[in-house]
Amino acid sequence: MLQIAALTKTFGEKTAVDAANISVDAPTMIGIIGRSGAGKSTLLRMLNRLADATEGSITFEGEDITALRGAARRDWQSRCAMIFQQFNLVPRMDVVSNVLHGTLNKRSTLATMFNLFPRSDIHRAIEILDRLGIAEQAAKRAEALSGGQQQRVAIARALMQDPKIILADEPIASLDPMNAQVVMQSLRRIHEEDGRMVIANLHTLDTARRYCDRVIGMRDGRIVFDGTPAQLTTGVARDIYGAGADFSEAATSTEIETLDRTQDHPSVAYA
Amino acid sequence: MADITFGDAPDSVAGIQSRYMEQVQKRRLYGGLTLLIFVVLMVSGFNIADARNAGGFWEGLHQIGDYPADVLSEAWEKRADLPGLIAKYFPALIETINIAAVSTLIGVIGGLFLSMLGTRGLAKWPRMIPVFRRLSDVMRAVPEIVIALVLIFVLGGGPVPAMIAIAIHTAGALGKLFSEVAENADLKPLEGLESTGANWSQRMILGVLPQVAPNYISYALLRFEINIRASAILGFVGAGGLGYELRNAMAWGPGRFDEAAAIFILLFGTIVFFDQVSSRYRNRLTEGQTQ
Repeated sequence: MLQIAALTKTFGEKTAVDAANISVDAPTMIGIIGRSGAGKSTLLRMLNRLADATEGSITFEGEDITALRGAARRDWQSRCAMIFQQFNLVPRMDVVSNVLHGTLNKRSTLATMFNLFPRSDIHRAIEILDRLGIAEQAAKRAEALSGGQQQRVAIARALMQDPKIILADEPIASLDPMNAQVVMQSLRRIHEEDGRMVIANLHTLDTARRYCDRVIGMRDGRIVFDGTPAQLTTGVARDIYGAGADFSEAATSTEIETLDRTQDHPSVAYA
Repeated sequence: MADITFGDAPDSVAGIQSRYMEQVQKRRLYGGLTLLIFVVLMVSGFNIADARNAGGFWEGLHQIGDYPADVLSEAWEKRADLPGLIAKYFPALIETINIAAVSTLIGVIGGLFLSMLGTRGLAKWPRMIPVFRRLSDVMRAVPEIVIALVLIFVLGGGPVPAMIAIAIHTAGALGKLFSEVAENADLKPLEGLESTGANWSQRMILGVLPQVAPNYISYALLRFEINIRASAILGFVGAGGLGYELRNAMAWGPGRFDEAAAIFILLFGTIVFFDQVSSRYRNRLTEGQTQ
């Protein structure tokens, strides 16, 4: 279904992603873990074609994604939705309008400029919002919502694109543990109910363990682990995070109990 | 549509949908009306202006190129003289740029004081904020050319009245722009400085200026570009510099169009040059900010 072959991205001297090979046969929920700067975001941005690959190729259902240009590239982007850490909504527009932005690729510039979306699309947008449990916020401005609600609006925008793949770049890194749970559960539900492929960058181990079918570990641009959550032992995790024997999973946890502990006494987690 | 809007289940999806659709329709109606009013005003305004015009817009339209064509053809005939003329008018250009530079400098200093004194949270005398705000309003509301005409009447022609006129306008305009930047400045460093016993000027210079400097310099450079044009125009009313020479050359009519062309080339070249230099510098400042 999705083949990534020897995908490389360099910024000047620095290699952000170094010859990544990933092959996915069926819609899966994949978590990519690693320290910040490991190249996780660059990998996702290349998949969405927000960034161009320096070398290598991405093939989706037989189509070479890296070679797409212009309208074909935008068409691919509409089939491959992206969710960002900072939500990346238009803050001054209402929630439904933000969700409707998911259809921009199919509409003309003039119609979207005057906010003329078909009634069926508006109804569908509100149904998607209802599915994510935030339909009552429909008419509010995006900026008036809490972080967790905004991220769900971003997921709704992604669903509005009706994509084959949903990419999530640190979707819960700016959220508190409760909202993080809601967002991750929404992503999991979308994967299970709609059969969409979800690839999420996560920097916490336990989230990847709990929600993903497959975990890919990156370190310094290279893929150092690719397997099931069960195969992800503490030793492997230490290797991915480049930590010594003092590493414990609590250090990368978003669990409410462990987080309380680590926030109050940062030294405890490393002790 | 409307009759089920406020019906039985306000929190059902259908209820939300119909309520939102109603809102959308209202918004589209207002948007359409605004567009309609805009178009009507544009068309009627154009027609009124066209009817009042002595010549008429459509009759005059094809003649629009006549004057430039005259200037260009005459300048082309005497093209051998152009380098000499450019050299002849170069001192006048220096005078124009000097007027712009001095007035920008004075205007920036004036704008600094007006902005600091007229910004909530920074002002030395908070009660005087409206006074300084209105003062800068007045200073930028009066066109440069009006101030220059009054000053030329009082002081006689020359570069000094032009310089004062542009400086006053610049101070008013920059006071407004600067204070908008200063409003967004973080007040915590100021509190930190105040806690050490710093006086108002020290707090402004050491607490506010470092935060706002890139934006201020960027605005000042933009103003310098504008002032070069302004000082050239003020020459037309007798303030010296390139504009004065241009008016003389143009008023003489055919026969001295080569001089007009030489001055145009100088003015164009200068404005393009300073535009490029300052926009490159401003880009660097704003990019530097994001890093």
